[in-house]
Amino acid sequence: MTPYQELQSRLAETGYLANDSTAMALHLAQVLGRPLLLEGPAGVGKTEIAKALAQVLDTNLIRLQCYEGLDASQAIYEWNYQRQLLAIRADGTSEEQLFSEKYLLKRPLLQAISQETPAVLLLDEIDRADEEFEAYLLEILSDFQITIPELGTIQAKSRPHVILTANGTRDLSDALRRRCLYVYVDYPTQKEELAILSARMPEIGATLSKQIVHVVQAMRRDELEKKPGVAEMLDWAAALSGLGINDMTQTPEAVQATLVCLLKTATDRDAVPVEVLNRLLGKVA
Amino acid sequence: MQVTRFPERASGPAERMAGFIAHLRMNGVPLGPAETGAALQALTHVEATDVDETRLALKTLLSPDADVWGKFDDLFNAYWFNKGAQKAGQASAHVRTQSARPMMWKDHLGDGPSEDGDGPADTMPGHSDEDAEGIDGRLIGTQSRNLTRRDLRELFDEADLQAAEKAAERLAHALRDRRSRRRKQAKRGEQLDMRRIQRASVARGGEPLDLFKRKRPDRPMNIIALTDVSGSMTVYSRVFLAFVRGLISRDTTAEAFLFHTRLMRVTDALRERDTLKAASRLSLMAEGFGGGTDIGGSLANFVDQYSARLNKRTVVLILSDGYCTGTPEKLGQSLNRIRQKAGRIVWLNPLLGWKDYEPVARAIQEALPHVDAHLPVNTIDALAALEPEFARL
Repeated sequence: MTPYQELQSRLAETGYLANDSTAMALHLAQVLGRPLLLEGPAGVGKTEIAKALAQVLDTNLIRLQCYEGLDASQAIYEWNYQRQLLAIRADGTSEEQLFSEKYLLKRPLLQAISQETPAVLLLDEIDRADEEFEAYLLEILSDFQITIPELGTIQAKSRPHVILTANGTRDLSDALRRRCLYVYVDYPTQKEELAILSARMPEIGATLSKQIVHVVQAMRRDELEKKPGVAEMLDWAAALSGLGINDMTQTPEAVQATLVCLLKTATDRDAVPVEVLNRLLGKVA
Repeated sequence: MQVTRFPERASGPAERMAGFIAHLRMNGVPLGPAETGAALQALTHVEATDVDETRLALKTLLSPDADVWGKFDDLFNAYWFNKGAQKAGQASAHVRTQSARPMMWKDHLGDGPSEDGDGPADTMPGHSDEDAEGIDGRLIGTQSRNLTRRDLRELFDEADLQAAEKAAERLAHALRDRRSRRRKQAKRGEQLDMRRIQRASVARGGEPLDLFKRKRPDRPMNIIALTDVSGSMTVYSRVFLAFVRGLISRDTTAEAFLFHTRLMRVTDALRERDTLKAASRLSLMAEGFGGGTDIGGSLANFVDQYSARLNKRTVVLILSDGYCTGTPEKLGQSLNRIRQKAGRIVWLNPLLGWKDYEPVARAIQEALPHVDAHLPVNTIDALAALEPEFARL
């Protein structure tokens, strides 16, 4: 078994079924020490990859959710002003003591490079952050050091495994793309999705899981506004099995009611009436 | 699958890898020498004799975006398995082993290139088909450069470009969104944000040390232009492309697409300041120009891939005559889907400027209920005259 297949099977043990290209990318990201950029539609398990990797490596997962207007005080560090003030009032602490690690609030990026063992750093939805932040991030990712004016430069104790995810809200800069390994994570194939379902919810019977996967796959081929992702599929499966359904063709009303797990807009709900669902299910049987 | 036989002079993996990177570069993937090194390094960490493993490793390392990710396997096979050296027509549609020839411009620009070079097999009869290195040719490259230079001068001649840019700018201005009166926090705003200053001053013991600003957000309408470059539009393509170039060169959020039977994003190519570079990048995307049109299919493709770019501040401009070989129903559906996400849809139709033209084609009939405005354009002057119409939108 080659190293990447080994990683693949270890990921599978945690319940995450990575396809070949994802496993290879994770393997290379580790040996080459480069960040990994994951792109793909919402709900295909991009964030899950980071969680699974952290579990496999038995290390911390540090997550930074990016958003418009994200700034250094949220991403890197901030001084704990309240504590500093209290310290001054209580015992007149000197300036040197005030600006020490004791009063430093570490935000995800600083946290990640000051771990003893390499952590997994997940920068979620990087395309939502501003371009300024992206540029700053590039600097950190190449030098692995952060400069705090009052404290000096902090060198990384360990190099984190960096995973970035993007949804295509904004074009990422070429510089960032060049620095990263890239994987486009697509919706799983029918076979892969069945495997995911049985790995995550082994209690679901063969008939039901086949029906679930078939319907979800068919819906993705339809022109829906929000295509159901893997996460939605798992939600739906949980809902169905929670209701004690073993065969969807027996209980069409209950199935129709649980579609809220899959279809998240009013137009999409109208686009899949009972007849369509029944026809889809008829094909499985 | 037949493995590529490399010529004697290309010895060692380093040179072959450099050749592969060059091959990718020719197919429009922006890669440099640093990537050659990284690729060789990556191969030491995998089973380099295993084809699948090598392919996976190079794919994750060398693809910069989803586009390349999708066609990487073809590109890989073309180089390492000799697929690309096969005669034209046999090779996969994605792969190019020679620089693309600007065939596309020929019809679109009136008098086109007199001789447009035939395939490599014809121009170089003595050439061995097996020699993949030799074909990805400098020879072809020069030829295409000469042609594009001439075409593009015609296409983007200064006066046209300036006129188009001006018209485009005025239109973009007319589209500006004037709704917002609220102020949002901003790094360099004109007003102090008292609320945030007070909140932050608590941390500083009541001293307002950090000053926060706010301003009225700049909310330009995003413009997305979809230009039809099929056979029936050849006469207009030139002015439209200049116009679209003007539109997007000023506005960093604007996007441009071309479509005929499929859809291509050309924003980056058109934004290139250097017209020569723009030309060669456009011609790289030139497959299948001037043929039939599948407007519905192309638009569906657009929504599938780029719907994240659409919001209520987006104006989708469709420049097309509405002659469509696809099904009209599909066009209606696609427009409806765009309609739900985008702010406005404007259909600019060159035929509408004609006397006695009635939009009776089924595709247009199907499309009209979904568009906000259906306006005539066939020259730059006509485009400029649209300003009041746009302001009213």
